[in-house]
Amino acid sequence: MKKWLALITSVLLILTLVSCGTQAGAPGTTTTGPEAKPPVEIVNVSYDPTRELYANYNKLFQAYWKDKANQEVTITQSHAGSGSQARSVLEGNEADVVTLALEGDIDTLVTGGLIKAGYVNEFPNDSAPYTSTIVFLVRAGNPQNIQDWNDIVKPGVQIITPNPKTSGGACWNFLAAWAYALDLYAGDEVKTQQFLKDLFANVTVLDSGARGSTTTFVENKQGDVLLAWENEAFLAQKEHPGEYEIVIPSISILAQPTVAIVDAVVEKRGTSEVAAAYLEYLYSPEAQQLEAENYYRPSNQDILKKYADTFDLNLKLVNINDDFGGWTAAKAKYFVDGAIFDQIYKK
Amino acid sequence: MGISRNTRLRRHKSNNSVIPGFTLSLGVTLTMLSLIVMIPLASVAVVMTGYSLAEFWATLTDKMALHAYWVSLSCALTAAIINVVFGIMLAWVLVRYDFPGRRLLDGLIELPFALPTAVAGIALTTLYSDQGWIGSLFAPYGIKISYTTTGITLALVFIGIPFVVRSVQPVLEKLDRQTEEAAAILGASPFTTFRRVILPELLPAILTGFGLVLARGIGEYGSVVFIAGNIPYETQIAPLLIMVKLEQFNYAGATSIALVLIVLSFVILFTIHRLAGQIERRIKGGADT
Repeated sequence: MKKWLALITSVLLILTLVSCGTQAGAPGTTTTGPEAKPPVEIVNVSYDPTRELYANYNKLFQAYWKDKANQEVTITQSHAGSGSQARSVLEGNEADVVTLALEGDIDTLVTGGLIKAGYVNEFPNDSAPYTSTIVFLVRAGNPQNIQDWNDIVKPGVQIITPNPKTSGGACWNFLAAWAYALDLYAGDEVKTQQFLKDLFANVTVLDSGARGSTTTFVENKQGDVLLAWENEAFLAQKEHPGEYEIVIPSISILAQPTVAIVDAVVEKRGTSEVAAAYLEYLYSPEAQQLEAENYYRPSNQDILKKYADTFDLNLKLVNINDDFGGWTAAKAKYFVDGAIFDQIYKK
Repeated sequence: MGISRNTRLRRHKSNNSVIPGFTLSLGVTLTMLSLIVMIPLASVAVVMTGYSLAEFWATLTDKMALHAYWVSLSCALTAAIINVVFGIMLAWVLVRYDFPGRRLLDGLIELPFALPTAVAGIALTTLYSDQGWIGSLFAPYGIKISYTTTGITLALVFIGIPFVVRSVQPVLEKLDRQTEEAAAILGASPFTTFRRVILPELLPAILTGFGLVLARGIGEYGSVVFIAGNIPYETQIAPLLIMVKLEQFNYAGATSIALVLIVLSFVILFTIHRLAGQIERRIKGGADT
């Protein structure tokens, strides 16, 4: 009996060792030299739909960092609505880097003194290594024949979108619809606001985050159309082949999910170097390729062109700085208490 | 009377209680209460400093907020009434009948407490949506459950089940069957016996359970947020409005609404506690004479 036990234990032990060995040896194949630095840990606080992207990217970066700096790095991920993630960091969730849905959320961390002003210019392309946009996800066969924004405000169409007050993605949804209507009514804001009012009158479930809305639309089968991040729409389509179609509206918005180093935290924890490398590497060709595979539009134009089959590169995109005067102005005009979004719901 | 009060006083002084030391136990109690209840509650007041009375009043009486209180209160009230009816029945079945699986059923009662509220919320939403197993049975009749106030009430009924059952059960167990037999012998019908003999004894416990379901329901967030459609002026609950304000870093606004919920719950619980106490005294007083 004891012999058996010993045998099983040793077999298990060997197996564990072997598996550990292959895991550690796989990326660089260089064995850890004498100058290997102690392992480091960083925390990446991100928003809802980036789960899959960063799960893949972290592996890529770990291999890269092992090779480059000869250091093991563990990355802890955290995902939720972009706004609540910013708040959690502000309230003491120690993130080394934040990769949130919009600049406006990171701005609150600047106000809170955790990030130095001017972070937007720290990395290329307004610190947005990948972009996305807002598209419609409809059920197979497009039974309501939804082609553009004016189709979804028709009576009887049920829309699923998250609440712009709690979700970054929903802010983009709102602004994209606004841009379309403003163009339609040749700049008449009163009519544009009425258009948005009609749109939100068709919203049947207003979840607090983008993932929640996807679940409502996909799993609980609510609504006719989901206003979604392009990447989220592709993901839903991939996971449920044949059940959904993506409809590209005539106008949408260039959604720039912004990344930043949380200066106060990296200084305290001594992780500045690895945190900066983590965000910088998002712009490398390998990472850009990975982002495209996860349905984010890479900022590297050459790589983006390679994925022209996936992304509609002719889609007319407005952007937050030129068309809405930046996030601070947009928030004040549309989303703070009593602003346009609240007026839309006022009875 | 005078004698009994004297003996009580003496017993207090002679310190033969199970828990040692009146001062020590009171000290521990007060410390615990302050750390866990009073200080966090007081911090509410701290957050509010710098918020002018006019702003505070504007937030409280904002139409959207008023509607959110109404949704929370009306759903919690309905859930409490439903739970009282079914809670008494459940407790009755568990105490008065012996059937296979009784212990299992008894154990299941607490499950709504053990389950993370989010899990309960998501499960209920999926089951009761018009495409779900149960919801699809109602959908042909035009009854929508998930994403309506009916759904919110359902979630509150679910999380409130243990309160009424567990407050009524022990009282029912201790109830002297002889009084029921006496009532029957004196010619009372089963309904009269229940109404005049059993119900008065149970009333304080029922009220306590009712108050707990109501107070919990007013503040419940986790299980409700998934099943509510969260549409302002329709299915937006007050706790969600708190979250919305927090997300916008409007701490004072969020706290104002929290304050309303705290006061509301406290008034409800306090009133019910007093009422239950009065009824209990009346029953006891009646029994003595």
